Amino acid sequence: MGVEGIGARVARKEDKRFLTGKGRYTDDMSVPGMKYAVFVRSPHAHAKIKSIDATAAKAMPGVIDVLDGKQLTADGIGNLICGWMIHSKDGSPMRMGAWRPLADETVRYVGDAVAVVVADSVNEARDAAEAVIVDYDPLPVVTDPVKALADGQPQLHPEAPNNMIFDWELGDAAATDAAIAAAAHVTEVKILNNRLSPNAMEPRAALGIYDSGDDHYTCYTTSQNPHLARLVMSAFYNVAPENKLRVIAPDVGGGFGSKIYIYPEEIVCLWASKRTGVPVKWTCDRTEAFLTDAHGRDHVSTVKMAFDSANKITALKVDTIANLGAYMSLFSSCVPTYLYATLLSGQYDIPAIHANVRTVYTNTAPVDAYRGAGRPEATYLLERTMETAARELGLSPAELRRINFIRSFPHQTPVIMNYDAGDYEASLNAAMAAADWDGFAARKEEAERRGMKRGIGMSCYIEACGLAPSSAVGSLGAGVGLWESAEVRVNAVGTIEVMTGSHSHGQGHETTFAQLVADRFGVPIDSVNIVHGDTDKVQMGMGTYGSRSGAVGMSAVAKALDKVEAKAKKIAAHLMEADESDIVIENGELKVAGTDKSVPWFQMALAAYTAHNLPAGMEPGLKEGAFYDPSNFTFPAGCYICEVEVDPDTGQTEIIQFVAADDFGNIINPMIVEGQVHGGLAQGIGQALLEGVHYDPENGQLLTASYMDYAMPRADDLPSFKVSTSNTPCPNNPLGVKGCGEAGAIGSPPALINAITDAIGNNALTMPATPEKVWAAAHAAN
Amino acid sequence: MYQTNYHRPSSVQEAVKLIGGAAEGKYLAGGMTLIATMKQRLAAPSDLVDLRHIAELKGITVNGRSVRIGAATTHHDVASSAELEAVCPAICALASHIGDPHVRHMGTIGGSIANNDPAADYPAAMLALDATIVTNSRQIAAADFFTGLFETALDDGEIITAITFDAPAKAAYQKFPNPASRYAMAGVFVARRDNGEVRVAVTGAGSNGVFRHQGMEAALAGNWSPDAVGNISVDASDLLTDLHASAAYRAKLIKVMTKRAVAAA
Repeated sequence: MGVEGIGARVARKEDKRFLTGKGRYTDDMSVPGMKYAVFVRSPHAHAKIKSIDATAAKAMPGVIDVLDGKQLTADGIGNLICGWMIHSKDGSPMRMGAWRPLADETVRYVGDAVAVVVADSVNEARDAAEAVIVDYDPLPVVTDPVKALADGQPQLHPEAPNNMIFDWELGDAAATDAAIAAAAHVTEVKILNNRLSPNAMEPRAALGIYDSGDDHYTCYTTSQNPHLARLVMSAFYNVAPENKLRVIAPDVGGGFGSKIYIYPEEIVCLWASKRTGVPVKWTCDRTEAFLTDAHGRDHVSTVKMAFDSANKITALKVDTIANLGAYMSLFSSCVPTYLYATLLSGQYDIPAIHANVRTVYTNTAPVDAYRGAGRPEATYLLERTMETAARELGLSPAELRRINFIRSFPHQTPVIMNYDAGDYEASLNAAMAAADWDGFAARKEEAERRGMKRGIGMSCYIEACGLAPSSAVGSLGAGVGLWESAEVRVNAVGTIEVMTGSHSHGQGHETTFAQLVADRFGVPIDSVNIVHGDTDKVQMGMGTYGSRSGAVGMSAVAKALDKVEAKAKKIAAHLMEADESDIVIENGELKVAGTDKSVPWFQMALAAYTAHNLPAGMEPGLKEGAFYDPSNFTFPAGCYICEVEVDPDTGQTEIIQFVAADDFGNIINPMIVEGQVHGGLAQGIGQALLEGVHYDPENGQLLTASYMDYAMPRADDLPSFKVSTSNTPCPNNPLGVKGCGEAGAIGSPPALINAITDAIGNNALTMPATPEKVWAAAHAAN
Repeated sequence: MYQTNYHRPSSVQEAVKLIGGAAEGKYLAGGMTLIATMKQRLAAPSDLVDLRHIAELKGITVNGRSVRIGAATTHHDVASSAELEAVCPAICALASHIGDPHVRHMGTIGGSIANNDPAADYPAAMLALDATIVTNSRQIAAADFFTGLFETALDDGEIITAITFDAPAKAAYQKFPNPASRYAMAGVFVARRDNGEVRVAVTGAGSNGVFRHQGMEAALAGNWSPDAVGNISVDASDLLTDLHASAAYRAKLIKVMTKRAVAAA
């Protein structure tokens, strides 16, 4: 692997600038004449806009203009869209209501933008925003997705009667029902998956620059996928055609899914820049982030799992209601459908599965993908159900899982997915050994003597990453293809630039992508630069989400490297008068195998550009591009074990140990992989123990709008993690990688809740397992 | 934040004069609540009069068991005072768990008690230690000082200059933090005098702010041990219910924190 190649524990190149405050984020960008935008937002969760009077605001110091939704509509700016079409089981298309970037008739959640102030300073813009008089006619409010489906509830969009967006199903209902009817045992559970706020460290921001000389727009923004932003803003929002719009996502401080989507603010900044003739910058404050960043999860499900007399699962039936909030965000429709129900087979051989999913509008912020996106919801549901079933059947949790593991590959599940490789028992065994599962009984007894309740729980997760084969997702309703592109440019002195459509917002691509190149050509990673996040520099790309950068983005790089390698070998063979099939590349040299003849890498590169002595007919230069479209998803999987102690007097849970045994296939940089797992575990533990978005059900006010009320995990909430990996290489991409970005957040919540419910002897517990809930459940059990 | 005028007086007298001349002035004693509130545009003082640079408001003096803490003394300075640790380690421990290191280096004891946040830690210590709040014009017993949620006996323009108390024989503070804010969801300060008198003060839980629990005080005066409060019931009817904890759960926590404080004292 070499000291910097694939598999090396290389320190992250980008950390120098991040740790010394030299990162350049959207809010750091400053251009001459730049002014500041502040949005006027609805204080009501549901209301008609009777009038907007900006007369006083426009007269205030420093104010350049105040713009509203009627002007936006008049200028032809389009509605925000959902990019994945889902059809209900009756064949009808999803019922999408209009989402205006600035609401012009109705506001539907607290924080809905109704106008924008552009002023010389942020403070002057804020002062003026407070002076904009919006006359609202408040309407009744519904925030609960189950209630929203009932008759007689407030209606959000005329297109969606009873607030239902679609009623979708996957799997064989008849076979599932028949298996349940014939079962020896049926476990029934109600599962709630709590609503989360993404909380990226860097809040969203946008800088819109309109150049009237060229009739050209530039948008700096906090995006996980700048090319997709450009495409959507061009094709659907009529901001500008693609050739007149450059989107730059510079350093981005965390996304977790919430920065995939194109939000109203970046569209409005671009439009406002043209309207006002000045560059317009907006930076979200933390309260706005709580109010308007797309939230995650928020499912209500009922589950039936059927077993035969040998404790083999015969069927799984799931009914889910998913809250999508006030509007359909960009990928909101695919999260509770194709990213969720397709994973309901988990690691288990289940002959019949049926899932029914209803999605619902409510007077809350839009809900979309958040780290894991659908897969955490599937895993939590399945692994809580497995734990419940093991308790009901009197089996150890490991035993029930062993009985039901899939053991031969490829494996076709009844819910679309075809698993390519895996060894689930290996992860289970590794995790149980690392956790000293067998020693638990003694530890529980010792804790009992101290008056503490000790519990242990496991979770065996699988996820689908490497999104995704374009034709497959196209047939399921996706509006885009999910390939990736790369370009490798070898400079005349041999240094290398890689242009990738993947986007790094904390993942460490500048290091891992460089390791891939270093591994191939034996050059130091310092001579390799990774260029991403700018539609003018990078040819095209679909961005980073769903743990796809390694499996798809790096595979595209590998494909481009193949082409560079082939041409480099041809040049070297020509220079050394050897056969190109005898050329090997080692330690920065191109050698003729079995001889002492060699050409340094830089000399070959120089020869490519001087073009004084190239093979006949060869084009000068050394730059190659590739598009890579995956042939399948990848399937990372693993086993997580959590051990807790609950203080029965207070309900406080302490995590004693947390073990993660993952199979991510081949690994480029183990240190970065461990970091991704640690971060994912922190978020999953946050969901299970601490985090939860709460709206007032009467008036739709967000009750958790600051860190005073929204509990984020902190270092002292977390144990020192025990992580390990095993490896069944992915057979479907050139690198054998699977993806590791979301696993921690997917696998950890059920392990933790299974451990707490084991400790307190009461299975009825919902996330977040706050001290009061745990205390109440522990006492209800006694 | 709205525009405001910042003043940095060097004496209490000057500070009082400045506040008297301001339209809607506010003393800035550390700003750990006030600045955050101003940033949210929920407070808009015309003038800020910064008390943190007045020498006479700073410092800790211990004479025998008699303690005086200047109002502008930071939580960090209280937490790390060796003199204070020697006579009343409980108040050092309390200060060492307020907020985070940044807050402890900015926030002051005077600011905290003048703000009287119902979930703040210091008010419980003041009540249980039977402290005296010294101002530029008078001395106020802690029992008379805390009058309601964010309400105190301070008059307009009055400045806390110090707090004084006699160190108890035994004392300890235990809090159960709110998982989000880490403010007390129930915090209990217990103090026992040489004469056997016991005070139990509770913060974070009362619907009208900090309060003493006479039932537990009586039980502990009779038997200074965690077991003594086992049969005491805490009435939940005057306790807070919010997103994070019900009154009934807070009642339970008060008892548990009291037991633990007695055990730790």
